[in-house]
Amino acid sequence: MLEIKNLHASVEGNEILRGIDLTINNGEVHAIMGPNGSGKSTLARVLAGQEAYEVTAGQVLFDGQDLLDMDPEVRAREGVFMAFQYPVEIPGVSNTYFLKAALNAVRKHRGLPEMDALEFLAMVRQKMKMVQMEETLLNRPVNEGFSGGEKKRNEIFHMAVLEPRMCILDETDSGLDIDALRIVSDGVNALRSADRSFLLITHYQRLLNYIVPDHVHVLLDGRIVRSGGKELALELEEKGYSLLEAAERERALPVGA
Amino acid sequence: MATTMTEIQENATAAGAAGAAGVAGHLAEFERFQRELPAGEPGAVQALRRMAIERFAALGFPTLRQEEWRQTNVSAIAQGTFQRPQSDPDAVAAVSPELLFDAAARLVFVDGRFSARLSSVGQLPEGVIVGSLAQALQRSPEKVEPWLGQFARFENHPFVALNTAFLRDGAFIWVPRGAATGLIHVLYLSSSDNDGRATVSFPRNLFVTGENSQATIVETYAGTGPYFNCPVTELVAGPNSVVDHYKVQRESREAFHMSTFQVQADRHSVPSSHSISLGGGLVRNDVNAVLDGEGIDCILNGLYLLEGSQFVDNHMRVEHAKPHCASHELYKGVLDGKARSIFSGLIHVHKGAQKTDAKQSNRNLLLSRDAVANSNPQLEIYADDVRCTHGSTVGQLDEDAVFYLRSRGIGAEAARSLLTYAFASDIVERIKVEPVRRDLEEFLFARLPKGDVVRQAV
Repeated sequence: MLEIKNLHASVEGNEILRGIDLTINNGEVHAIMGPNGSGKSTLARVLAGQEAYEVTAGQVLFDGQDLLDMDPEVRAREGVFMAFQYPVEIPGVSNTYFLKAALNAVRKHRGLPEMDALEFLAMVRQKMKMVQMEETLLNRPVNEGFSGGEKKRNEIFHMAVLEPRMCILDETDSGLDIDALRIVSDGVNALRSADRSFLLITHYQRLLNYIVPDHVHVLLDGRIVRSGGKELALELEEKGYSLLEAAERERALPVGA
Repeated sequence: MATTMTEIQENATAAGAAGAAGVAGHLAEFERFQRELPAGEPGAVQALRRMAIERFAALGFPTLRQEEWRQTNVSAIAQGTFQRPQSDPDAVAAVSPELLFDAAARLVFVDGRFSARLSSVGQLPEGVIVGSLAQALQRSPEKVEPWLGQFARFENHPFVALNTAFLRDGAFIWVPRGAATGLIHVLYLSSSDNDGRATVSFPRNLFVTGENSQATIVETYAGTGPYFNCPVTELVAGPNSVVDHYKVQRESREAFHMSTFQVQADRHSVPSSHSISLGGGLVRNDVNAVLDGEGIDCILNGLYLLEGSQFVDNHMRVEHAKPHCASHELYKGVLDGKARSIFSGLIHVHKGAQKTDAKQSNRNLLLSRDAVANSNPQLEIYADDVRCTHGSTVGQLDEDAVFYLRSRGIGAEAARSLLTYAFASDIVERIKVEPVRRDLEEFLFARLPKGDVVRQAV
């Protein structure tokens, strides 16, 4: 579904991603772990199309199409979704109505008819239950005055409504207590399917107890330095990133130095 | 230093009959105007006009050297030539339906003059008067004279002076003690004359609400072609009265609009003003509120949506003269193209006006590099136990918010429009008169690119 080949990206002239290679197949859940500043969130944002990041080399294919060539909204309509690390508060824009406009833009792109208000509302109610979101949050402006946990749940709720095929979760677990983490994870697990893939960006192994990944990758200094199964996350949890960083530095030393 | 009538006469000859141009032209026009007035007008009104024209002659048009006008260049008005309209106000075939909505009473003025044919006043509560000021001056001068010209001071304001000098007609609304009016709509239509020359009108409105009364009044200004509109509205809000006033300015892009809205509030009254500026080329809205009784709760909201080379100056002055009053001002502007806006807001808390709660906020959203918004808040506080806050911002759309919306599938243009709409929406939502709010929403949907997406998303 998603093929990332030798991806390099910079922000304000600083190279953050230094050659990422990653293939995510249909239905797979990949986790990317790494310490602060390793480039995890940059990868998520580059995939979502944030303009502050400049891709200096490499390629990303989504179902064989050049993802990097698409505007952010086209990526969304094609089925790429990023749950934000810091969801933006948008005063004056209703959470539901905005979502209806978004969904209809997506449906139009996919050649589906627009949903009428009743159909939409019924669907929305059902998806809300999935993330145990209170109905009052529907009528409020997008994320305005939401608690940290409510914002993250709202992201998963948007995801559930838009039904993307490639879901990127940028540190969705950070700042969540155990209850909220469980709710968010249950929501994500309910959305897992053979035709939907996930890229979980996280700092903590904890999330992966709830959303069990097929593959775990460790990102350090803009590169994937190790890949493995779910047990890699446990190893990291045990040893910490610092050991890995030390090993990586050693490995990177020129031979004979 | 007062100008003598002899000087006025001399200047009059210089201007000729081509219409009023410059100070001299207006003075000459004043003499012609005097001869057209009906006999038997109250002497006080005649005297008021005389004083006003003398004051205007002394003041002249404002220049950038004057503090109150330092950012507002009215030389195009000072140098312009304007015709006082001579056409029959009842000759207008019909009012464009988009300017109309259901109201308990509708007054229509064409180039400043009352059109009985286009107006409709249904059954009103006992004692309520909704009609033309000219008629009221003839039929019930005792209800007009005590108030007219008492609050909108012209000593230092050339345009109020000019309006007062030429005052002849406008809306007169009288709500007696305890009465409640339905929705009253006052519509002012202006246009250039049949030869395409710019006209000038001086609508003069007087609204008096008695103790415990309630009124909702919408003033709409609309027009075509070049003209100069110079309205003055005085609102005298009686004790414990609730008055919601809306002004929707959608003048032609070629129009000059220099208006003053003067609120004189008595104790425990709740006057609110919503000033919506959509049209006009060169616009100045003076809103002055004098809170002259305890326990007044005054709301002054405003929204200006500008593009092209439009210029709007909102000039606010709130006088807290008595203790325990609240005033809340919220003005928001959206500027595109090379538009320019000024917000000047003075809050003056008089000595002894303790427990004053005054809030003022002016927020501007610039949609283009060439748009400019200036904000000049000013506090003058002579009491020591008060709460006064002011804040102003000038900014662009939040790019993080634009990206967030795009990341959900909303197109870039629609995302920007949606955020622009959202910026304006808290003023829109404060409009309690449903047709006015709906019209404004429609205006925004039409103005904003991809307005259909915005309509769906709000």
